[in-house]
Amino acid sequence: MRSLTYLEAIREGLLQEIKRDKKVFMLGEDIGHFGGPFKVTQGFLEEFGQKRIIDTPICESGFIGFAVGAALFGLRPVVEIQFFDFVACGFNQIVNYAAKCKYRWGANVPLVIRGPMGAGNRAGPFHSQSEEIWFGHTPGLKVVMPATPYDAKGLIKAAIRDNDPVIYFEHKNLYRRIRGEVPEEDYIVPIGKAKVVQEGKDITIVTYGAMLHKVLEVIKEKELADISCEVVDLRTIYPLDTETIINSVKKTSRLLTVHEDSKTFGPAGEITQRVCEYAFDYLSAPPVRATSIDTPIPQSPTLEDRYLPSNTDIKKAIRKILDY
Amino acid sequence: MYEIRLFEETLYEIYLKEPMPGAMHQCTGQEACAVGICENLNGDDYVTSTHRGHGHYLAKEGDLNKLMAEMYAKETGCCHGMGGSLHVADFSVGMLGATGIVGAGIPISAGAGLSIKLRKTKQVVVCFFGDGASNQGAFHEGINLASIWKLPVIFVCENNLYGVSTHITSVITVKNVADRASAYGIPGIVVDGNDVLAVYEVAQEAINRAREGKGPTLIECKTYRHRGHSRFDPAIYQPKEEKEEWFKNDPILHFKRYLVDKKIASEDEIKTIEKEVVAAMEEAVRFAKSSPDPAPDSAARYTYVQEDIIL
Ligand SMILES: Cc1ncc(C[n+]2csc(CCOP(=O)(O)OP(=O)(O)O)c2C)c(N)n1
Ligand SMILES: [Mg+2]
Repeated sequence: MRSLTYLEAIREGLLQEIKRDKKVFMLGEDIGHFGGPFKVTQGFLEEFGQKRIIDTPICESGFIGFAVGAALFGLRPVVEIQFFDFVACGFNQIVNYAAKCKYRWGANVPLVIRGPMGAGNRAGPFHSQSEEIWFGHTPGLKVVMPATPYDAKGLIKAAIRDNDPVIYFEHKNLYRRIRGEVPEEDYIVPIGKAKVVQEGKDITIVTYGAMLHKVLEVIKEKELADISCEVVDLRTIYPLDTETIINSVKKTSRLLTVHEDSKTFGPAGEITQRVCEYAFDYLSAPPVRATSIDTPIPQSPTLEDRYLPSNTDIKKAIRKILDY
Repeated sequence: MYEIRLFEETLYEIYLKEPMPGAMHQCTGQEACAVGICENLNGDDYVTSTHRGHGHYLAKEGDLNKLMAEMYAKETGCCHGMGGSLHVADFSVGMLGATGIVGAGIPISAGAGLSIKLRKTKQVVVCFFGDGASNQGAFHEGINLASIWKLPVIFVCENNLYGVSTHITSVITVKNVADRASAYGIPGIVVDGNDVLAVYEVAQEAINRAREGKGPTLIECKTYRHRGHSRFDPAIYQPKEEKEEWFKNDPILHFKRYLVDKKIASEDEIKTIEKEVVAAMEEAVRFAKSSPDPAPDSAARYTYVQEDIIL
């Protein structure tokens, strides 16, 4: 099968949906001729014109609200946030409006908000954050974060077809670094479904986004050769696929959660709690989490490396659980 | 102005050759805005800045070594390597901070203005922002707040025609950003932002007004950035003719010519000053490179006032 980069897969998903459905249009800062900072939408304006590919002024609150309004009346806007950190400027329109139109009014908001997130680029506090919990904690929104090209394409298509607002996170470090097989044809990856990426029997490692690749790298290391790891890629943060997680933990009896988001009130806390609620009797060791630390994200390379969970942190966590 | 230019060009050359952490937005070509405004300020006046803030910091008499070290994200940087190029701040010289969030500094400047008003000092705040930022809600909210409470803030829009790749004429319908001042009942003034003396003069009047308690002014400096939006941007969207036109009106060339024509300084005297700046720049690079990285275990130190709060 063809192999595409993560970025190419997102592009293909977007292109196919724009072609498939006239109601789909895109808007954001510099997405036209410029193609966005990472060139995800390069060539889109030339192909679809200004009615479908709209360059906005710099006003996140304005254009997100604008997209919600358009979605309420049957259009399917896909908003690009230049760096996901800037979504904070449009927070009200998402958490109070988009998320609550269905609940308040019975009105659908088929909206997608997408863009690059994530750390590791020495880009400092406003170009590096993990924002999934800002939205994962807001009922009414769906939150997805693909880790592979296959899922990136399938999930963007599912997000655009979904009738609820979906926040779609793209880890910027995966754009050109990760390649994988992606069918050319139309397919979706259902929102709300995690995936067992690797089967194993000693420990369940739940992760998502860029950390999936780190985990897969770490568990191949020689020191861990004696441990059989099962790796679950969440793919969707909310709604959380409890069943896949629980089934895995019932099999392995151990849980490690790894994410790039900081620790306190992060996804690992929720995942661990669900495991405690539904599979406590199966556990043979206390669950552990390997996450970033509870600080903003520094620019300094030495500090950013300290901020993010390292290979050593993940290895130590696995050992700690197995040695319990 | 030459110090700012040389700083930007030195950085540009360094990052072509060696890895430097992070994104970087340079103000090459826009130096006269920062300098023309800040020459009117006292040490205890405040400045809020943008993602393109190196010039603002130097014009506000910031420390060249500390700025360079921050570019390298070193412990000796003005933010100890926490913020880098986009977040330069140094409260000791009244530089209240650059920001990676477009427009965010505008209401902050109004708040700083309120603190001055309550303290009854004669300080002022200069709030720099770009043309693109003038479409953020924060622009309108911040200026309105400063105008209703007559706060000592000078809003300075550095209109370099672009927000990243987007030309200003495609995102506003008024001719000048300064025209928006009328919506807030404050003076709006347009000035050639590449003419440092012209900027100096309009700034002086606005600053005097603010010091006298008569409230804010919006100054729009028409200028141009010589390089791409950030260090990764080759700026192919900037038409050649437009560039050439603006390059002719280079603020530094412009001012040099003026100094020589008016016999205020000779070519030789200017060269001597430039040599001093070159030497200072070399020293700054040496200082930055030989400075230590922040210690990994200091990662959490500034998160809260109480340093041991983190779990
Ligand atoms: C809230 C927010 N939205 C978008 C961005 C991305 N961004 C950084 S600079 C910039 C353009 C700003 O244009 P302008 O205000 O004219 O300043 P200039 O870059 O021209 O100095 C954009 C869109 C950001 N940093 N923050
Ligand atoms: Mg601009």
